[in-house]
Amino acid sequence: MNAVGFPLLSLITFLPLVGAGIIMSVRGEDAVIARNARWIALWTSLIVLLLSLILWVRFDPSTAAFQFEERLAWLPEFGVGYHMGVDGISVLFVLLSTALTPLCILASWEAIETRVREYMISFLILETMMVGMFCALDFIIFYVFFEAVLIPMFLIIGVWGGPRRVYAAFKFFLYTLLGSVLMLLAILYLWYNAGTTDIPELFEQAVPRAAQTWIFFAFLASFAVKVPMWPVHTWLPDAHVEAPTAGSVILAGVLLKMGAYGFLRFSLPLLPEASAEFAPLIFVLSVVAVVYTSLVALAQEDMKKLIAYSSVAHMGIVTIGIFTFNQQGLSGALFTMLAHGVVSGALFLCVGVLYDRVHSREILRYGGVAQIMPSYAMVFMLFTMASIGLPGLANFVGEFLVIIGAWAVNPWVAFGAALGMVLGAGYMLYLYRRVSFGRITREDLRALLDLSPREYTVFAPLILLTLWMGVYPQSFLSFFEVSVAALLQRHEAALGAARLAGM
Amino acid sequence: MFVGAIFFPLLGACISGFLGRWIGDRAAQWSTVACMVLAAICGSAAFGQVALGGHPLVQLIWTWMDVGGLEVSWALRYDTLSVVMVAMVTFISTLIHLYSVGYMSHDATPARFFAYLSLFTFMMLMLVTADNLAQLFFGWEGVGLASYLLIGYWYDRESANRAAMKAFIVNRVGDVFFMLGLALTFYIFGSIEFATIFPAVEAHAADRFLGIPAIELIGVLLFLGACGKSAQLGLHTWLPDAMEGPTPVSALIHAATMVTAGVFLVCRMSPLMEYAPVALTVVTVVGASTAFFAATIGCVQNDIKRVIAYSTCSQLGYMFFAAGVGAYQVAMFHLFTHAFFKALLFLGAGSVIHAMSDEQDIRRMGGIWTKIPVTYAVMWIGNLALAGIPFFAGYYSKDAILEAAYAAGGGAAAYAWVLGMAAAFLTAFYSWRLLILTFHGEPRADHHVMEHVHESPLVMLIPLIVLAAGAVLTGYLFAPLFIGEHAHEFWHEAIFNGPHNHILHEMHEVPHWVPLAPTVMGVAGIALAYVMYMAMPALPARLARMFSARPEMVRNLPLIPAEGAEQQTEPNPGGLYGFLLKKWYFDELYDAIFVRPARRLANVFWKVGDAQIIDGMPNGAGSLAVEASRGAVRLQTGRVANYAFAMIIGLVVFVSLFLFVG
Repeated sequence: MNAVGFPLLSLITFLPLVGAGIIMSVRGEDAVIARNARWIALWTSLIVLLLSLILWVRFDPSTAAFQFEERLAWLPEFGVGYHMGVDGISVLFVLLSTALTPLCILASWEAIETRVREYMISFLILETMMVGMFCALDFIIFYVFFEAVLIPMFLIIGVWGGPRRVYAAFKFFLYTLLGSVLMLLAILYLWYNAGTTDIPELFEQAVPRAAQTWIFFAFLASFAVKVPMWPVHTWLPDAHVEAPTAGSVILAGVLLKMGAYGFLRFSLPLLPEASAEFAPLIFVLSVVAVVYTSLVALAQEDMKKLIAYSSVAHMGIVTIGIFTFNQQGLSGALFTMLAHGVVSGALFLCVGVLYDRVHSREILRYGGVAQIMPSYAMVFMLFTMASIGLPGLANFVGEFLVIIGAWAVNPWVAFGAALGMVLGAGYMLYLYRRVSFGRITREDLRALLDLSPREYTVFAPLILLTLWMGVYPQSFLSFFEVSVAALLQRHEAALGAARLAGM
Repeated sequence: MFVGAIFFPLLGACISGFLGRWIGDRAAQWSTVACMVLAAICGSAAFGQVALGGHPLVQLIWTWMDVGGLEVSWALRYDTLSVVMVAMVTFISTLIHLYSVGYMSHDATPARFFAYLSLFTFMMLMLVTADNLAQLFFGWEGVGLASYLLIGYWYDRESANRAAMKAFIVNRVGDVFFMLGLALTFYIFGSIEFATIFPAVEAHAADRFLGIPAIELIGVLLFLGACGKSAQLGLHTWLPDAMEGPTPVSALIHAATMVTAGVFLVCRMSPLMEYAPVALTVVTVVGASTAFFAATIGCVQNDIKRVIAYSTCSQLGYMFFAAGVGAYQVAMFHLFTHAFFKALLFLGAGSVIHAMSDEQDIRRMGGIWTKIPVTYAVMWIGNLALAGIPFFAGYYSKDAILEAAYAAGGGAAAYAWVLGMAAAFLTAFYSWRLLILTFHGEPRADHHVMEHVHESPLVMLIPLIVLAAGAVLTGYLFAPLFIGEHAHEFWHEAIFNGPHNHILHEMHEVPHWVPLAPTVMGVAGIALAYVMYMAMPALPARLARMFSARPEMVRNLPLIPAEGAEQQTEPNPGGLYGFLLKKWYFDELYDAIFVRPARRLANVFWKVGDAQIIDGMPNGAGSLAVEASRGAVRLQTGRVANYAFAMIIGLVVFVSLFLFVG
């Protein structure tokens, strides 16, 4: 059946649901339920993580083919089936999702006090949806997961969020859902055109040139909101600000990658000509995103909002990379997605550490934290520097490759992306300076405790990953090298064929 | 040995940084010093084997990334150019570590300080031994980080935080150009490994990019990057503010690490720069202008460290125009000798500040030379070397630079020579102004301070004495190797001179008065300083008033020591004096052009762009849907936000079509 002899991907995908079911069946007093729910959720997510590590070990990076494939006939008469599999582009995102989930559960250990059981269930369902989305190889299955991710996230923001959580949750939900409706139309058209929704089969079918344009924009409507690209990014800061810390981590770490993943998985291979034609539009939107949101980040007074805006700027780099259509750009985009998942997740955790103690996200509420919490200041500094793109830490490799890739396409785009380096340093250092440095202005801050062992446990893997990705990125790059090369080859071939047909 | 020279400092930084809290401050300090000593031993041994023995080598560590033809490795490239830097950096950094043990003895968190100091050294070593542009960029950014941490070391001071941020961000501006230069290098050569680029330069000499010769563009972009790190005109504003860090940091930044990185880069890229004459002209002009510009400012500053800081800026200008006229070896030689006497001057200044109970304003010093004789003597030596007085280190290198500029011929080189001569005069002048105001005359500090004036402990004096020996001897000892008749044997292939570049030879054949001229200028500068500050102490203030728009604002020289009023902002008297005092108004200019507009724009984007226009749109769409459901479909929504949103989208589409299709 596949390399490991049992349906590994389905197991990874649906095991969290089993865990959620067990949590649901727990009976007893509230405190008992809460404690059991936490432990069951943690253990479930850890087992899922261990299982997913099999992917890391057994994945064969020398081929671009889908691996660990599973097929079940579902609606054969409509050409719709249950089809799972990963290739070099998706496999690391599965790992990213399964690695961040246990950390999020740990980070919520004490921060969430009400409805713990429901919270943990939501998180496990969220994990199922994320992993399923990255593994799905049937467009209908993909669409189901892609949309279903919204539901647990909507609940996490809407139930456990801050004071304006209902507004933020609805904004998040409506924005991301509206775009998706158009994508459904596009999927229906593709199904009608090819008679199947199986993704590898769809790759073989050329989409008529005339249809490519509107399908591209239908996809763009959906993916651009998820990325988010300028100017449909305003849901993100609101959602981040109101979401609980762990929600922000998943939102920044995994959910933002869904849009970019969509571009890579569908727009580029299915619509090569339209993608090439509208790449300049994407470039302009991305460069505007980098400069505009970096400047907006500079003016923020709320820590979470600042990091949220910085995410938009980083994702601008990603979209530039995707549409460069060269090996460096695409690899850089993928690497930035992973690095951003780790680093911005960690930055939200850093904010969470302070929020748990002081219950304020206002930057001016802090000052001189480095003196009171030296270990925390060191961790925060590391991730700040990673976010700025310091070489030797995770984000640099991605940005570097994207700039190199972009230069080959258009030097001004590369310049725009590089401008993010200066502005990024500006807003992050300004944030760090106001929070960590300076005199202690509030006496109540003096009583703050430094990182607890639980918090060390949460940060340690992220620190290791950040350093590892910065110093030896090759162990990640080699996963998607062949897949990216194959994607580019197909893209070139399709463009070549189109040119021949046009002559 | 080759790996040890680089990684011992990192080991020291880790021990002190991560274990400092458990092993105690003393153990942390001395372990970093021990690691530095080991590194210095390795560095000197490597110098012997590679430079003197003539065995360059590349030590591969592991692959960094390998993406579609872009191969980048972590590797240590040991040739004469890098090993000179390694030996010099490890040696001077060791002395600075040792000195810091005494200087930072009253500090609250010395373990943190020593960790940063060693990290700084490590990053600089990674920079100089890089085998490709990406690793060089790693070190490049690494020293940026370390300087940020060190300048902002006393993070409870608002001014230190501001200076640290400024240093990092101004450096980042240069880094953008570095990055673009790197991208263009890859685009042209298909590689960023030095070993691949350099032999291919000639084949690509005629390549054009966007209608510009590609090699020239790479040269200019990389030089702009170097400007940021080496504080050249335009991107120099961070350097004087960097004085907010503890004094040993200033010594490290200005002497061995960080600011020399830009000069090193230009020399490292000599095989490429030799094919980029326009870029070299730019280097020459910017370098010469900086040498002069910084020297003029140095003449009126009143903070002991700032005067020396501007002198660094000025000396870096010398190095750049030396490289610009093709005499890379001479630039490296000046870099080498400068490292010794500049470290000496900063550490000496630190010793003075230490003695004066943390006073830095030279107007509140004076009359202390008998109380701190060793410091006084080494400051003399440092200044003699800086001013290029014969037989001190600076004499050999600075003379050689001016001879090279004279010999090179051509407009840019002549411009450099004239400004270089003027700067030599100013250099000697401000050095003796500093010396006289600091040590001689009536004591202008209050008696509490004067009572406490004391010589520094031995752990601080030993590095000073060693550096003083260096400031005397390095010129004489190393001149034959670096720039002598047989210099090519010393440098091997590390520095490339084009087939028509015989500058090293020609500079020895200039008319007889040329080598003498800088010395004359130096002596004249000293004489003027003597007249103005020793013989007629009232003259400077009178001159300052004469060249001010608002003379009443010039403060009298025997400044009345104001209790507690230290570090208040200097009033601006305007006129030429004010122009110099305010550093040619660069800070004010940048504030008005970049900083404030960026802030304003940020607020407009946020409050108007995001909150009103973009968020207004979905809300408008929502209300439209509601109205539509009531059956009241209207073409005009009547909402400004909708129109504005549509306009933004339209504008973006239009711009992209215009840029990419048209």
